[in-house]
Amino acid sequence: MTGSYDILIVGIGGQGTILASNILGEACLIEGRQVRGAETHGMAQRGGSVESHIRIDGQYGPLITPGQADLLISFDLLEALRYSHYLKKDGKIVVNRHLVLPTSVYTQKLVAPTEEEIIAALKNHELCLLDADRIATEAGSPLSQNVVMLGAASKWMPLKPETLLESVKRLVPKKTIEINAKAFGMGRVAGGKN
Amino acid sequence: MERKYLLGNEAIAHACLESGVDFVCGYPGTPSSEVIDTLRAQPERSYYLEWSVNEKVALENALAAAWCGVRALCTMKHVGLNVAADPLMTSAYTGVTGGLVIMSADDPFAHSSQNEQDTRCYAHFARVPCLDPASVQEAHDMIPSAFELSEEFGLPVIFRPTTRICHSKGDVGLGPVVAGSRKGEFHKDPRQYVVIPAHTRVLHKKLNEKQPAIRKRLVEKGFNRYEIRGKTAVIASGIASSYVQELLPEGVSFMKIGAYPIDEEWLGEFVRKHEKVLVIEELAPEVEETVRQVAGCVPVFGKKNGYAPYEGELSPAAVATIMEKAGFLKKNPFVPSEVVQNLPVRPPILCAGCLHRGAFYAIKKVFKDAIYPSDIGCYTLGLQLGVVDTTICMGASITVASGIAHSGETRDVVCTIGDSTFLHTGIQGLMNAVYNGANMTVVILDNRITAMTGHQPNPNTGLTACGVETPPVSLDAVCRACGVRFVETVDPYDLTDMINVLQEAKKRTGVKVIIAKQMCVISARRAGVKRGRYTVDTEACTGCGTCVRFGCPAIEFADEKARINELCSGCAVCAQLCPVGAITREGKR
Repeated sequence: MTGSYDILIVGIGGQGTILASNILGEACLIEGRQVRGAETHGMAQRGGSVESHIRIDGQYGPLITPGQADLLISFDLLEALRYSHYLKKDGKIVVNRHLVLPTSVYTQKLVAPTEEEIIAALKNHELCLLDADRIATEAGSPLSQNVVMLGAASKWMPLKPETLLESVKRLVPKKTIEINAKAFGMGRVAGGKN
Repeated sequence: MERKYLLGNEAIAHACLESGVDFVCGYPGTPSSEVIDTLRAQPERSYYLEWSVNEKVALENALAAAWCGVRALCTMKHVGLNVAADPLMTSAYTGVTGGLVIMSADDPFAHSSQNEQDTRCYAHFARVPCLDPASVQEAHDMIPSAFELSEEFGLPVIFRPTTRICHSKGDVGLGPVVAGSRKGEFHKDPRQYVVIPAHTRVLHKKLNEKQPAIRKRLVEKGFNRYEIRGKTAVIASGIASSYVQELLPEGVSFMKIGAYPIDEEWLGEFVRKHEKVLVIEELAPEVEETVRQVAGCVPVFGKKNGYAPYEGELSPAAVATIMEKAGFLKKNPFVPSEVVQNLPVRPPILCAGCLHRGAFYAIKKVFKDAIYPSDIGCYTLGLQLGVVDTTICMGASITVASGIAHSGETRDVVCTIGDSTFLHTGIQGLMNAVYNGANMTVVILDNRITAMTGHQPNPNTGLTACGVETPPVSLDAVCRACGVRFVETVDPYDLTDMINVLQEAKKRTGVKVIIAKQMCVISARRAGVKRGRYTVDTEACTGCGTCVRFGCPAIEFADEKARINELCSGCAVCAQLCPVGAITREGKR
């Protein structure tokens, strides 16, 4: 409505959603575009469900309205489903094929949907499903999963892949630049680049 | 001008560097902590910086520095300002020479807080200027003005960002860093700094006389501004004004409030040019009350007539609903979207290997039917383990415990408090409990750091905010000095020891203190401590579920057997509770 491209990155505290959002923010700066973001800090971070909002070309507030997101990037299947109402009708999903059951499943005996049930529910939207852990390990480190996810999602983003790659190189630790550049490229291939 | 993608708090910290800040202090509290964390991480510092032990201590330090003519910043979260309210109220009377900016970060929706109080009410109460930014860029731009206003009017200035400013990000235009160069010098002036009745009466009058000029200056500064676009108007403050701008239809006037006190004459002129106005702000109706005072017969829509909520945080969707309901938006552009129901919740949880989990387990084992007052910190998450019965504010575990113990309640009272919280406002309660003969057990959950807010050091850590070694306070000696006779330090990873000491405490009368001491598992990982993971022998495991009920995120349960995942940090507590010894160190069997 306001011309921004709205991306919601979700996962579990500690999975690297903040670095992923920083990479997108830096990429916007490189392209000289405005950007707004919001994220979870403090108590909510301790192993809980976390969300980062990024609004490319955003001029106003940092929050994405449910039903308005263009793209959902999720590091976990269950979290993808939890936040899927944020997507607009033709919104896209990039999700890591990985399911961490919350401790509440064991301690409070809550029932979690199965992988197959989650994937079936997510298929209401255009879906890119990938094994980021395996790809990241192949690229050289399982820690590069977040960059693999960004690589796969890049085909839908209004940012040039070269810019995203440059941003990855600027923000990851120096020693890991090569691995992360590779992870980004492999993520792009896994995502089936347009 | 340099542009960077920054967190609100990082942008605020940078603006302090641009303002040539000389003195920085505060107490950590979400969402304010990263301002000092950013300033203490600077490779070169031309300013003094400390984490103080609490907000009152911090504000008094900052006030004194500002009396000496230097620029001081004091940061805290909204509830911290309650602790600092005593010096705040009278600092408005004494005033300052150097600029004093008090950053008190509000938390609408209580994302990480015990209440939703509004710092703007304190500014109103104390009669000091308050700045309320609408975006990360404005938060940055307001800081130099905050110091200038403070120096111009000789008053502390409150800067009040909210969670959605502090923890938002944006592309921010930054100015050059200026090294703090002022040298403090105290000029004796008892009529200013000694608030005996004869002096304070005069100071109060002076404070009130400053008000009209402050109101005018805030409009001149452009923090409060408007645009006439039609016969109806929306007035919004802080982050809510960003949400309104995203939705504002053609032909509706807009006023943005970013500073208080509001110039009533200026406001009234704007309001009376319209047929009706809507006020949108988070939390207290601070703007709305002023609007209603000047509106005359112009209808005002807002919280007071049920169009906007008093509680929670706003969002573009919430603002759209309010505007539609009050007739300022023809059609809500947002379609309701269905949330997937019945998914298992994933709330924050104590880390795998957190020392608090073992301590809580032992407390529950020894004191089965007891009352468990607790406090503010990671360990509030002990609620999930059934060992947190009360929290109210920092330091109130010990005082609530003694209150319950003296009330006639016959069950045991066992309270828990973290090391940083104990040093913040716990000691007074302990001294009081001993002095007045309470029967209770205090467990100090000592992880050597202020963990919840991002691992800031405290007097117990042995390091200052700037990483300089300093003699660590002895919790044992502090407790003994308060008159406690039974003080025992134990490792909560050693369940047997922990249980034995608790049993010993249970037998005794009076105030007993147990210091459950072990490094925070996150600091331990960062420091390179490696303990080796644990694993379940599936043949031996009977599927009894004892370890699962322990609630560690590293323990899963599938096909009637427990399993330990890669989150395991090797604390070994689960191995001690397994009734059949099925949990052992990886590679040991």
